[in-house]
Amino acid sequence: MSITPTSGRIIPRLRKDTILSLLEKDTRLDGRRLDEYREVIVAPGVIPKAEGSALAKIGSTTAIAGVKVGVGTPFPDTPDEGVLTVNVEFVPLASPTLEPGPPDENAIEIARVIDRCLREIRAVDIGKLVIIPGEKVYIIWLDVYILDHDGNVLDASMLAGMAALLNTKLPKVEIDEKKNVKIVREETTPLPVNHKVVTVSIAKIGSKLIVDPNLDEDDIIDAKITIGISDDGRIVGLQKAGSGVLTYDDLKLAMKYAKENAAKLLKILEEKSNTKVDLDDVLKSYIEGKILKHQVV
Amino acid sequence: MKEKPKLIDENGRRIDGRRPDELRPLRMEVGVLKNADGSAYVEYGNTKVIVAVYGPREIHPKHLTLPDRAIIRCRYHMTSFSTTERKSPAPTRREIELSKVIREALEGVIFTELYPRTSIDIFIEVLQADGGTRTAGITAASLALADAGIPMKDLVAGVAVGKIDGVLVLDINEVEDEFGEADLPVAMMPSFKEITLLQMNGVLSEDEFWEALKLAEKGVMEIYKAQKEALLNKYSRVKVEVEE
Repeated sequence: MSITPTSGRIIPRLRKDTILSLLEKDTRLDGRRLDEYREVIVAPGVIPKAEGSALAKIGSTTAIAGVKVGVGTPFPDTPDEGVLTVNVEFVPLASPTLEPGPPDENAIEIARVIDRCLREIRAVDIGKLVIIPGEKVYIIWLDVYILDHDGNVLDASMLAGMAALLNTKLPKVEIDEKKNVKIVREETTPLPVNHKVVTVSIAKIGSKLIVDPNLDEDDIIDAKITIGISDDGRIVGLQKAGSGVLTYDDLKLAMKYAKENAAKLLKILEEKSNTKVDLDDVLKSYIEGKILKHQVV
Repeated sequence: MKEKPKLIDENGRRIDGRRPDELRPLRMEVGVLKNADGSAYVEYGNTKVIVAVYGPREIHPKHLTLPDRAIIRCRYHMTSFSTTERKSPAPTRREIELSKVIREALEGVIFTELYPRTSIDIFIEVLQADGGTRTAGITAASLALADAGIPMKDLVAGVAVGKIDGVLVLDINEVEDEFGEADLPVAMMPSFKEITLLQMNGVLSEDEFWEALKLAEKGVMEIYKAQKEALLNKYSRVKVEVEE
């Protein structure tokens, strides 16, 4: 059962009023323009033991994604396709309001939005993940963990997840005469990826639309629209959240903001997909308060 | 694997004979349950949903109470026999997500500030699923809320637009959803043309998205008309009874 949230973070009235009055002047508490995204870091390959991984930061919002690859049976209705499973976990270290336990409706919603954005456009070419048709296929588990919650965790999760998929090395398999499949993790090929996909979330506060809400803004939104956009410019997913309403004009402006920012995010994914960084370096960037210059391998 | 059927025939008709911009036959009844404070039954073709509303009523557990308004609790649930293969009655990830988006689609419409420290509970049971269950659920839920006498800015009507064989079509059924290219559920406050639910699963160009939204609005307006008739129907019956 979905219940009106009553135990969230409490934002001081004074700060809320400040955010609202600044929005009237088309500025924001952190100095951004309404259509301005925070600084983005994408660091692929931070967990070498995973077949694919990436850490993404949007401002101080941090998400880490890992891909594990296994072998299993396909779904009966799709015998000629591998399986892609997306899961998002809000762990208690990410925010004082989060508690341990199975994913709640917010985590499930984010995971399902990411899943949908990847699925229909076949961002991962699951048709190429068949080992024995109808019997054995690759199973790709994409798990995203939120490490630091400063708003807009959906975009951060999508960014980390996409970067992790781009970074994934698919292990070879050996099949014996009894059709037993053995994974050979030493030999790999890149995971077949057809499209890069990003999401851009736009929040509505009062009558104003803002791109990439931070946590203070996220806590006072009326509505939010997340738009999934592929590298060929198509819309691959939409999700409205929040109990407020959206007008046609809101959607028109949101679409414009989404396209502009999606281009920037896709460019970052493109540039960063073959860089190599260490986890401590990228986490340290929070302390240093600056974006690291990654060395291209 | 099932073969993909031809979804649009050479005459431009859909698998159930409809034109692209045609809704399935609508049926709506208000006040169908004795115990609930408000209730409604809605059919979009073979999709059948029943909704009960309880409240405003006291909240248990008490700590969920809000001092300045009512909370909304919403459960979207599919009966185990509503689908081709039996569905486990335990809530799935899909049902958990839909309960949330449906709650949000209705919450902004209800004057919750009129009933502080109470809960308004919305229970949606899908009796038979043939595509468009969440939108039929929202349509029925807003009728049930109205039946419970809960003040709202407007009714909410929902419908899903799909893209099948390259054509945008209104009110998709299960086969069209399964083999189509996109599914766009929309719910609106019809009098204000404001969107309270919007999701999309699939791939659309931007032009197609705007066209799909326009098609959804057309469907919403037709459903809204049927909603008002259903409400009028029940209360004109009540009026006759009172006069007798």
